[in-house]
Amino acid sequence: MDKIVIEASKYAEQNQQSYSKMIRTENIEKHFGKLHVLKGVNTSFTAGEVVSVIGPNGSGKTTLIKIILGMVVADKGKVFFDGKDVKKDFSYRHHIGYMPQIGHYPENMQIGQLFSMMKDIRKAASHLDEELLNEYKLASMFDKPMRTLSGGTTQKVSAALAFLFNPKVLILDEPTAGLDPLASEILKAKILKAKSDGKLVIITSHIMSEVEEMADKIMYLFEGKINFYKTIAELKNETGEEKLGKAIAKIMIQQAHV
Amino acid sequence: MFKISKYIVYDILRSRVLIAYTLFLFVVSFALFYFEADSAKSIVSLLSVMLIIVPLISIIFSTTYFYNSYEFIEMLVAQPLSRNTILLGEFVGVSFSMIAAFMIGIGIPVLMYAATSTGFVLLLSGIVLTLSFVSIAFLASVVMRDKAKGIGLSLMLWFYFAVIYDAIVLAILFSFSDYPLDKAVIGLTALNPIDIARIMVLMKLDISALMGFTGAVYKQFFGSGFGLAYTSAVMLVWIVVPLLFTIKVFKKKNL
Repeated sequence: MDKIVIEASKYAEQNQQSYSKMIRTENIEKHFGKLHVLKGVNTSFTAGEVVSVIGPNGSGKTTLIKIILGMVVADKGKVFFDGKDVKKDFSYRHHIGYMPQIGHYPENMQIGQLFSMMKDIRKAASHLDEELLNEYKLASMFDKPMRTLSGGTTQKVSAALAFLFNPKVLILDEPTAGLDPLASEILKAKILKAKSDGKLVIITSHIMSEVEEMADKIMYLFEGKINFYKTIAELKNETGEEKLGKAIAKIMIQQAHV
Repeated sequence: MFKISKYIVYDILRSRVLIAYTLFLFVVSFALFYFEADSAKSIVSLLSVMLIIVPLISIIFSTTYFYNSYEFIEMLVAQPLSRNTILLGEFVGVSFSMIAAFMIGIGIPVLMYAATSTGFVLLLSGIVLTLSFVSIAFLASVVMRDKAKGIGLSLMLWFYFAVIYDAIVLAILFSFSDYPLDKAVIGLTALNPIDIARIMVLMKLDISALMGFTGAVYKQFFGSGFGLAYTSAVMLVWIVVPLLFTIKVFKKKNL
C-alpha cells in the first residue's frame, strides 16, 4: 500500500515537472559538414528563470539557440515547447522573442517600417510592450534606414523587437555586446522584470559579472556537450569562490587536469 | 504569405536595376514598332530580344535579390511563420515585380501597336518565361550558400538554356540526320523553356512554312489545340518543378 502511494507521488512529481518545463530538448545532434557542433544535448528550461548559456567560442551556444528557434534544423533529436514537439508546428514561435547576436535587417527598410511590418506579421495588436522602444527613444529615429544605424542602435532595435510582443520566452544572444552602459542597464532591468513576471529568459554571454547579476542557473557548453547545468549558489559552494568568474575558471582548470 | 510579398514588392520597386530593365524593354519595343510598319515583323524582332533579355535579367536579378534579402529571410524564420510561407511569399513578391516590369516595358507598346492574338501570345510567353526563370533562380540560390557561386550558377544556367542548348540540338540533328527526327525534336524542345516560348509565338506568326519539313511537323503538332495544351503544360512544369525542389531544400536549410 505504502509502495503504491510513493509511486503515485513520484508520478505526480514527474508530471508537475514536465508541466513547468517550458522548453525541453532531447538528444540534439548537429553537424556542419565534418564539424560535430552538438553531441547529444539533453536539457530543459523552466518558466520564471534566467538561464545563462556560457562556453568558449564555437562550443555550440548559438547553434543550440537557433535549433530551439527552428532557424537551424538538427540532424537528430527533438525540441519540445510546453510539452509539444515543435517539428511540424511553427506556432510556438508566437511565444518567443529572439534577439540575435548581430541583427540583420533589410537595409532599405526604415526603423518605423520594420516595427510596423513585424506587428503586421505577428498579428498581435493587443498587449504590446513598448517600454524598451520608449526608453531607447527609437520613435524619434523611425525614418532612419536600417543600413545607416550603428551597431549599438541596431542592438537596441533588436532588443525592443524581442520584447515587443510580450512573449513567454525570451532568447537573447549576447544582448549587451555593443550597447553603451546606460542602454545595457536599461536592458538588464528589463530582463529582471521579465523574470519576475514569470517569463523564461535564456541568455548567452561572455561577461561573467553580468551573468552573476541576472542569471539563476548556468549552463556550460563545452565542445557540443553540456558540461554542467547548475545554480550560481551551487557553483560557488562547490568551489568555495566568492566570484562567479573565478568559480567557473576553477571548474574549467579542474576539468582540464582530469 | 501575401504580407511578405507586399514588403518585397515595396522594396524591389525602389531598385534601380528594375527601373533600368523596364526602361530598356520599353525603349526597345517602342523603337521596333515605330520604325517598322509591319507589326508582325516587329513582333519577330521583339521576340528575339525578349528571348535573350527576359530570362537573363529574371534569373540574375532574382538570384541577387534572394541573397540580398537573406537577412530578411533570417529574421522571418525566427517568427511564427512556416518556411513554405516565407519562401512562397518571397517568390510571389519577386515574380510580381518582374512581371510588372515586363508588362510596362513590353506590354504597353504591344497593346498600343499590336493588340492581336499574336501580341497576346507574345506577352503570355514572356510572363511564363519570367516565372520559370525566377523559379530556376530560386533553386540556384537555395542550393548554393555562397552568393558569388549562386550568381555564377545562375549565369551558367542561363547560358546553357540560351546558347549551349541550341548547339546541342543542332549537333543531335546533324549526327542523326539519317533518321526520322521530327518527333524527337518536339520532345527535345520541352527540355528548354526558352524554346517552348519561342515556338508558342512562332506558331502564331504563320512563318513556320519557312522552316521546311520540320516546320510543317511543328505547325501540325504545336498549331493544334493539343499542341497548345502541351506547350502550356510544359511551361507550367518549368515553373512548378524548380519551385518544388526549392521548397524541399529550403525546409532543411540552416540559416
